[in-house]
Amino acid sequence: MSNAVLSQLVTDLAAGRIHVVDLTQTLSPDFPQIVLPPEMGQAWPFRIEETSRYDARGPGWYWNNFSCSEHTGTHFDAPIHWISGRHLPDNSTDTIPARSFIAPACVIDCSREAATDADFLLTVAFLRQWERRHGRIPAGSWILMRTDWSKRTDPVAYQNLDETGQHTPGPGTEAVKFLVDERQVLGFGSEAIGTDAGQAFHLKPPYPCHYYMHGSGRFGLQCLTNLDLLPPTGAVVIAAPLKIKDGSGSPLRVLALVPSPDTIAQANERGKKKSTRKRNVVRKKR
Amino acid sequence: MTRPLTRPPRKNPILRTRVPNLPPGSRSRVTLGLTAAAARGRLELQTCRDCGTVQYPPREACRVCLSQRLEWKVQNGTGELLSETTLHHSNELFYRERLPWRLGMVRLDCGPVVVAHLHGDCVRPPSRVCIHANIDRAGQAALVAMPEKDTPNMADDRQLREMTCDPKFRKVLITDAKSPVGQSLVEAIVKAGADLVWAGYAEPWKKPPGFERLSSLPQVSLVPLDLTDSRAVKNLAGEIGGRVDILINTADHHRNYGINAREGIEVARAEMDINYFGLLRLAQEFAPAMRARGADGQSSAVAWVNLLSIFALSNFPPHGTYSASKAAALSLAQCLRAEFAPAGVRVINVFPGPIDDEWNQALPPPQIAPSRVAAEILEALRGGAEDVFPGDVAEDWMARWRDNPKVLERELAAMR
Repeated sequence: MSNAVLSQLVTDLAAGRIHVVDLTQTLSPDFPQIVLPPEMGQAWPFRIEETSRYDARGPGWYWNNFSCSEHTGTHFDAPIHWISGRHLPDNSTDTIPARSFIAPACVIDCSREAATDADFLLTVAFLRQWERRHGRIPAGSWILMRTDWSKRTDPVAYQNLDETGQHTPGPGTEAVKFLVDERQVLGFGSEAIGTDAGQAFHLKPPYPCHYYMHGSGRFGLQCLTNLDLLPPTGAVVIAAPLKIKDGSGSPLRVLALVPSPDTIAQANERGKKKSTRKRNVVRKKR
Repeated sequence: MTRPLTRPPRKNPILRTRVPNLPPGSRSRVTLGLTAAAARGRLELQTCRDCGTVQYPPREACRVCLSQRLEWKVQNGTGELLSETTLHHSNELFYRERLPWRLGMVRLDCGPVVVAHLHGDCVRPPSRVCIHANIDRAGQAALVAMPEKDTPNMADDRQLREMTCDPKFRKVLITDAKSPVGQSLVEAIVKAGADLVWAGYAEPWKKPPGFERLSSLPQVSLVPLDLTDSRAVKNLAGEIGGRVDILINTADHHRNYGINAREGIEVARAEMDINYFGLLRLAQEFAPAMRARGADGQSSAVAWVNLLSIFALSNFPPHGTYSASKAAALSLAQCLRAEFAPAGVRVINVFPGPIDDEWNQALPPPQIAPSRVAAEILEALRGGAEDVFPGDVAEDWMARWRDNPKVLERELAAMR
């Protein structure tokens, strides 16, 4: 059975019935890093130094040394990243079971709200509304908050700082608790520089997404892109951080396996028929 | 009266850029004493401790009493112009390319008679002049006779401009224009008549107060530049490197910790990355083109300025890791100076005392205003110095360091 599934998967991939969507920003020195008060410890931006380029330093080969933080570019947050998750078992990049790195994703489209309100906070009501349209959020899935923030290619607009700090959308406290406690999600992913909103320092508790997600062993993904290419449900995310000893996170390549649009259309057709049938059944009961 | 400089015509691209030739540059060990003083913008002459004779040129012994107890003493340089000569021929390549060249013989009020380069506004002898010691293109002390009182446009004198690095009609890169010193410097250099000022900035999403107004100055062109990013430095050098006449490296990472005041090496590493490796990256990418343009007409490449710190001379323990990064930068700047020497490009090292900014907030006054640092950098470019110590604290430390570095080390260790 499993063999058949895997064979079917590679066959579908080769045939284009399943697409691979890259959710990763390019690691580049120009990509901004998180801003903290300057007296605090700072996350290194991505930097790269040429080792040789077919020259006297190495006549036949080109390669580089690079440096960055565990939290630079598109990256994964492990539970140990936050103080609330520091005593949990298997809480770092080297000990998290590998099976957690492949999981289904629910994509919550907040792009319209984020376009008009940079400080938009995702609420429980918003999530319940999403569930009414797309079904209950399955346990063990990634919640990916689509805001189209990644389309802000100018770093100044992406960071969106003013004298009061950063203004980027994120989840509200109650929404995080709902996802953790009532939906048992695997983790929360965002397009902005953090899983929490830019102003989340002022929420209770500060940075609720970090606090509750990591406090209960869940993960984070941030600086994602291309979330607009994912269906609300049905995508499978592959997000495996580097196996850093005691790592709190890691830059990584995040991929989503997505049924091709044709396949989705067929599925929708089937879905419609099914729900029409259901409605009919309900009506009959009444 | 000096005719004011006019904007040089655009370069004719079919003519070969002249290769830099230097004035005669070899000096005996004892004569280097003159250069050491000129490096600080001073005229010092040997004075005999036994008979009081002031002598020039420098020698091993007093020319009057043969005593070897000679001491370099600051002179004010006033004297009388006895005679003048205009060279129309020279076997020295440097002067041959710059003829005619005016020289004068001056009797200093302190005694000796010297031969000096003669500023165009010095009137016919006999007349009063003032001798200055400038670092010339060979990096050695050159005596310049200036009019006793300032004259209009005197900085534009053709001969003097060969010994200064005046930003007028030159193109200047200021690597970090966001910092308080950077902002002051952009304004000062624009006011000094620079043709173009490239104002570098890193992390565009952080906008410090005051930075926006720089972009309203018509001479200013904002350029993204982060000295920790090798590719960014290379890219900018590729774009503008062949046009930079003066590079002023104001980029500075300053935190105030010793060894045990902060866990880990992150702060020290960030300091080294900007203060030391940043200078190295800049020098690797920008220096080659500047070296090639040491004699590129009226507005040639002339100077490279490093904003160091007086803490580079001796470690200030409360800012211990910062001091170490600045000491590393000073050492590298000496290498840069040596490598620039054949091109006639002057490397100016600036050693301010604590600057009045947020990282020196907790230090007791006096602290030096950023605008004063900018003014002293400008003065060094217009004059002949290569080592500048702006502010009372810097002057005081420098004097104590020259007097006895070990005593200064103990004094600084006692400061908390």
